[in-house]
Amino acid sequence: MNCISISNNQTIPLRDIPELDYDDLLEMNTKLLEAAECHCVNYYGLPWRRGIKLLCCIADDRARSIHVSSAEIRPDGAPLPSFTARNPAFQAFERELAENFGVAYTDHPWLKPLRYASNRKDRDQRISNYPFYRIDSEELHEVGVGPIHAGIIEPGHFRFICNGEQILHLEIQLGYQHRGIEPLMLGRKKPLERITIAESIAGDSVVGHSLAFVSLWESLCRFNPPEELLFARTMALELERMAIHTGDLSAICTDIAYQLGSAVFGRLRTPLINFMQEWCGNRLARGLVRVGRHHFPFTESLAQRLIQLLDDYEPALTEMYDEMKSLPTVLARLEKTGVVLPEQAASIGAVGMAARTSGISRDIRKSHPFGLFAGMDHQPIVKHHGDVYSRTQLRNEEIAQSARYVRGWLRDIPAPVAELPVLGRALENAFSISLVEGWRGEICHCAITDDEGELLHYKVKDPSFHNWLAVALAVRNNEISDFPICNKSFNLSYCGHDL
Amino acid sequence: MLSNLRILLHQGKQYIPDVSNARLPGIFRGRPVISTVAVDSNALAELCPTGAISVDPVTINMGKCTFCGECAFSFPEKICFTRDYKIASNLMNDLIIREGADVPIRLNPDAIREEVSRYFSGSLKLRQVCAGGDGGTEWELNACGNVNFDMGRFGVEFVASPRHADGLVITGPITENMAEPLQTCYEAIPDPKIIILAGTDAISGGIFADRSSLNRGFLDNYKIDLFVPGNPVHPLTFINGVLELIRKRT
Repeated sequence: MNCISISNNQTIPLRDIPELDYDDLLEMNTKLLEAAECHCVNYYGLPWRRGIKLLCCIADDRARSIHVSSAEIRPDGAPLPSFTARNPAFQAFERELAENFGVAYTDHPWLKPLRYASNRKDRDQRISNYPFYRIDSEELHEVGVGPIHAGIIEPGHFRFICNGEQILHLEIQLGYQHRGIEPLMLGRKKPLERITIAESIAGDSVVGHSLAFVSLWESLCRFNPPEELLFARTMALELERMAIHTGDLSAICTDIAYQLGSAVFGRLRTPLINFMQEWCGNRLARGLVRVGRHHFPFTESLAQRLIQLLDDYEPALTEMYDEMKSLPTVLARLEKTGVVLPEQAASIGAVGMAARTSGISRDIRKSHPFGLFAGMDHQPIVKHHGDVYSRTQLRNEEIAQSARYVRGWLRDIPAPVAELPVLGRALENAFSISLVEGWRGEICHCAITDDEGELLHYKVKDPSFHNWLAVALAVRNNEISDFPICNKSFNLSYCGHDL
Repeated sequence: MLSNLRILLHQGKQYIPDVSNARLPGIFRGRPVISTVAVDSNALAELCPTGAISVDPVTINMGKCTFCGECAFSFPEKICFTRDYKIASNLMNDLIIREGADVPIRLNPDAIREEVSRYFSGSLKLRQVCAGGDGGTEWELNACGNVNFDMGRFGVEFVASPRHADGLVITGPITENMAEPLQTCYEAIPDPKIIILAGTDAISGGIFADRSSLNRGFLDNYKIDLFVPGNPVHPLTFINGVLELIRKRT
């Protein structure tokens, strides 16, 4: 195999990544994905000499390694055969390449604008002129929803083709949230500016994205974070997972008009995020994760508070969840609604919750462990029906699992080190990758440095990038009135996708 | 039925009785106070990721501040973030904290439009539009209506349709791609109507200020009735700001 196999949070010289012909890159990487344990974590391009350098990163969950390979292409060259025609998991990655660099493909089945980025090749393409899929029929009608939705949520446009109440097809058009995160990472050079950007990628995944950023940067600077930092970060990541999952259980109840569940799960989220504020001064954990240091050591008194909190929280959550799942009216709305079949999830390269609720055991905490997970035998929770109820059950069980981990860690709080090692300069001409299993799924950040160790390119991938297609597939043949509950059960990020 | 009652009983009392005087637990980075101690003020200003700190005299613009607190860690003798969450204002300039001043932020009653208190003092329905917001402030605005903060008790609620709304709450730095939908939504709200900017990103663009991916032209055309700083906005900041706006002090 003509690729280099590296592990999570490893930095390598850029020249060590084999450069292939485009056809070989296509052949090798699509071949790799034929194995069930492999999936694409990132495939992107950057301006390189007079052309475009393509980098493909395939994670092998069994070997616990990431296979990285590259190719150089000319933007004005002849149209290329697409990866997507062989494997639909590449569809969004190639749409990005086409939109940002003008790469043409001979056989991409769905080559539409992805997010109308401000650095797109063709500035004449406007978000108001998106080419929606259409079916001409007397019996069918279209329903357009968004970009502004009924609740306090982020914008995106959903275009349904319906036969009566039944959804035949949903097309999701995103890009309204595009802020230009990646170029901004290069433009702002101070570490504090960059961590502020990382915290803003998705406001509900502050710990997840900032952890990916600092792990990547510390790896580039050959900084080994002491146990104390790993402890605080991993703890924060699991508390974030518990808080958002709890809020999602509330939102799922809201969308089926189950008022008691909505109110009780909603109030149960509050102590978790208030604890984050007690710890670091911000309910969403902004300010907690910093490169090479931290301001908020986890103290014994915080541990006591957290144990007390969990002792109250866990029985209250269990009581509410047990009541909810005993109600036929609740189950009737959740079961067999919004199904994503295992083969669909596999074919689109779903990650995180969307994969694990369709029978795929895909979890970075297990396969490419980071932080405290490196020394643990994490067993991902997997559900098999792929419906809204599976996604509800998964949240409940992951909350319990994270609470168990947190309680375990609290028994052994690492002593603060007297002096943290000094953060050096980033390696020159290097490539680094960081994977983190956030509550939504796999977050991937990649960086490349130049001759002086400055950032040459920065790439962010939120799990939503893979999983939006799962929402579109899930709602097919469902009633359009079930769309909100389907969408909420995934709770994907708009800004994480649009960047 | 009995199990429902049991669950209700187990929740105890969750709401905050007095939203204006509640104390926040632990640490919270609210209204900053700047001492008159002399420090290397250029180094201090250089530290800030969003250029919120100016020198001679030292000031912090809460409309730009991300409340990361780094300045207070590096210059503890100079800057201290208090737990005061009542930091909303109706005048942009009043968001600027000056050296040596430790006074609460209040709305300027003279600058509140007369129709605001005449029409909205007992009931205010708001339509929120996220224009590049990262979901954080949106999250906290949702929390304003939960059983803990219960903003609905004051007659202030978020509604689905702009046709039902008395005002617009904007979150996010206002992306180019959201500029047109934002304008459409504003026009769909019947007069008289108010505009609230919620969060640092909305007030100044935050870390995204001056990016070519933004289009903040909308803000040049209308009077902004309330600026609510925060990253994200704390529910108590939002609720107190809105209440002060609609229940104008005379």
